[in-house]
Amino acid sequence: MPETLAITINGSASRVAHGTTVAAAMMIAGQPTRVSVAGEPRSALCGMGICFECRAVVDGIPHRRTCQIFCQPGMVVETNP
Amino acid sequence: MTRAQVLVVGAGPAGIAAATAAAENGCSVLLLDDNHSAGGQIWRAATVHERSSAAGKDTAKNLALDRLRQSGAQVLGGRAVFNADAVTGTVQALRESELGSVAETLPFEKLILATGARERFLPFPGWTLPGVFGAGGLQALVRGGFPVAGKRVVVAGTGPLLLAVAAHLAEDGARVASVVEQAPLARLLPFAASLWSSPAKLVQGAGYGTRLWNSPYRTGCWVTEAIPASDGRGLRAVRITDGRSSWDEPCDLLAYGYHLVPNTELAQLLGCTLRGSFVEVDATQRTSQPNVYCAGEPTGIAGLDAALVQGEIAGLACAGRPIGHLFERAARERGFGERLEKAFALRAELRSLPCEQTIVCRCEDVAFGRLRGRTGWTDTKLQTRCGMGPCQGRICGPAIEFLLGWKPVSVRQPIFPVPLQALCSHPESEALALNK
Amino acid sequence: MKPFDVVVVGAGIVGCAVARECAQIGWRVAVVEGGVLGGGATAAGMGHVVAMDDSPAQLALTAFSRSLWGGEALPPSAEYESCGTIWVAADDEEMAEVESKLRLYEQAGIEARVLASEALAAAEPNLRAGLSGGLLVPGDSVIYPPAAAGFFLDEARRLGAEIFLARALSAAQGHVMLSGGLRLDAARIVLAVGTHCDLLPALPIQGRKGHLVITDRYPGFVRHQLVELGYLKSAHRVAEDSVAFNVQPRRTGQLLLGSSRQFGSDDPAIEARILERMIARATEYMPGLKHLSSLRVWTGFRAATPDKLPLIGPATGLSNDPTLWLAAGFEGLGITNSLGAARLLVDAMAGRRSAIDPTPYRPARLLEPARLAHA
Repeated sequence: MPETLAITINGSASRVAHGTTVAAAMMIAGQPTRVSVAGEPRSALCGMGICFECRAVVDGIPHRRTCQIFCQPGMVVETNP
Repeated sequence: MTRAQVLVVGAGPAGIAAATAAAENGCSVLLLDDNHSAGGQIWRAATVHERSSAAGKDTAKNLALDRLRQSGAQVLGGRAVFNADAVTGTVQALRESELGSVAETLPFEKLILATGARERFLPFPGWTLPGVFGAGGLQALVRGGFPVAGKRVVVAGTGPLLLAVAAHLAEDGARVASVVEQAPLARLLPFAASLWSSPAKLVQGAGYGTRLWNSPYRTGCWVTEAIPASDGRGLRAVRITDGRSSWDEPCDLLAYGYHLVPNTELAQLLGCTLRGSFVEVDATQRTSQPNVYCAGEPTGIAGLDAALVQGEIAGLACAGRPIGHLFERAARERGFGERLEKAFALRAELRSLPCEQTIVCRCEDVAFGRLRGRTGWTDTKLQTRCGMGPCQGRICGPAIEFLLGWKPVSVRQPIFPVPLQALCSHPESEALALNK
Repeated sequence: MKPFDVVVVGAGIVGCAVARECAQIGWRVAVVEGGVLGGGATAAGMGHVVAMDDSPAQLALTAFSRSLWGGEALPPSAEYESCGTIWVAADDEEMAEVESKLRLYEQAGIEARVLASEALAAAEPNLRAGLSGGLLVPGDSVIYPPAAAGFFLDEARRLGAEIFLARALSAAQGHVMLSGGLRLDAARIVLAVGTHCDLLPALPIQGRKGHLVITDRYPGFVRHQLVELGYLKSAHRVAEDSVAFNVQPRRTGQLLLGSSRQFGSDDPAIEARILERMIARATEYMPGLKHLSSLRVWTGFRAATPDKLPLIGPATGLSNDPTLWLAAGFEGLGITNSLGAARLLVDAMAGRRSAIDPTPYRPARLLEPARLAHA
């Protein structure tokens, strides 16, 4: 019964269930949350807002910890450069 | 904001118990957590419809949350405490609002720190690959909507958390290929035997057992490498060793963690004395700072029941109520914590896990080889940038302490990154204004 | 142990530069450091290599030092960026100062260019609208000082210098006693000790506390080191606490934000009041700064002398000890002047002719019995 909402991840549309974190949404879409200093793709590690690997650009603002942010309709998400 | 008689930081089991106890006994209580709902890590609220009905069945959690709701304590979620001052009796917390991040200064008469613990990650070749997660980390991500149904998962590292995570993942539809525990069976058996004296813990253990009957629990083994899948999106396998031979275990995901380390940053910022890595407290859970108490994992990794009784003691102590009747339970749980530490002590072989190119600091991509010849933390930070990233050394610090024996250096505010404007709300001026 | 030609006490950037300079002329060099190599003010401050015109002697020394920096083959870890400085003028009064600053720089042979309001906005889009303009000094640069210090020290080590990780308990008459009991003998002792003056209490050095903040990575947010013209007024204050807008882009894309100056404090604790003033001042010039994520806040101590010029040369006048030499008191210009000071000091010790007139920096200039407290 969960409803879905639409967000954009790196330019592509994604539908996720309400209550999905942005980190989970990016993982489902197969997109890394950020690119490391040496260019490695990274995703959430600790899941609790401590490791900062889940950082992504959310609605234009970089360095947002996506494991702590719930998807909202129309959100624009990009991999943190 | 009016001054709370008791301000509790952290709404996990210890914080919930502390806030409930203080509020039930007439104190004005403010309970803060950076998550939106109470529960902390072990009682993390699922925000997406959970596959299993386990959450509904967790009566201890539901009872505690109900009691909290009825106690009169004010619970504020989405508040991340980044600074605190024992002298002015204030904490500063960051709150996300429509206007962006806002910093609030919250005054207190007494402070109870229930800041919990985080997983310890030991670096090994491939640990930064997609598909490698913390054990608790993967569970948290699943609760936040990441589906693991049908995925083959290896759960590895050390500690009773591994079993809990494996059991929950199995409930969520994952195929748990194996649980890989570095502690040798010889150390685990006495620990398991000691659980006979704790029926509740036995029941928990039995619960895990029935859900994992299909997944081997390998003791005395550890993961030495994560091998990527050809599409780069996950893993193909992990390499496991028992110290004599190695083999590859095919899997899509690795959920791993080497037990827990306490979150003591706020306590250190307040000037509380540490004993080893833990916050030193007396029998009333009071720290070396007269108006600051600490309960749960930051005083010693000892699990849920220790957190609950310590939180209750701290809450009652702040309310000036008798606490003697809880000492025996607290001592028992402390004993459990000591047995935990002994059983799951890290073996020396884990120090040889990283090779020269293995990244140790994920924030700044500093390889282990670059730490050679460095004389300590400060030297390393200055010369390699290791520990200078946004996690402020929370991930690499415990790893490097285990690998090289270096103790972390002193803590400064902000204890996690905040927008520059948050550094501009001045607790002294605001606290003075309140007193007028 | 065989005597050394020189013992350098202090392995901040100045001590490391001196050690290298001495090793390069074939001397037997010892370096003594009780803390962390490349630590102290070297680790705390901004690595701004800048031509500073607060006096003709300062301008001569910083210009000389800057040209030496330009000739270095620094490793990537030193993060050398020739991004230049823009001195920002908020109003017409400050624009007039820009014009006189330009003339001073031109006379000293330092390239500089006036930026009118539109040109300033184009050069730095995140500065607020309505600023009058600024002075661009393209030859200034930024570095990461601990790595540069480490580079100089490694070069000294390669040429045979020995490093002693110990505190110097005393340094006089050619003998340096180390914690742990070792004694080093040398023809010359150089004190490059920042604000730790216990080895020579007569040193007229006062610590001036500064706060700094570093942000997460925002590449391109700031392109040059930006300093408000009021910075010099702040640096010259002798009594009050002051703040000034000063922001540096690091190669990582992080921003390093300063600056504050306080007297009479030796407590390294962060002071919320000063931090708040410093950030407020910065956001007056660059409003967008307030939303940037700050990772770390810390403090450091600059070593200030009574006349704002460093002490480079024999310690005569402050001491009767013929073996004592000084490379001290660099205040906010230790990074810039480390190379010039090392050259001038070793010129004096070795009897070489200096490229610039070294007399303004001689410690003996401060020989005024009424002002000094003799050891």
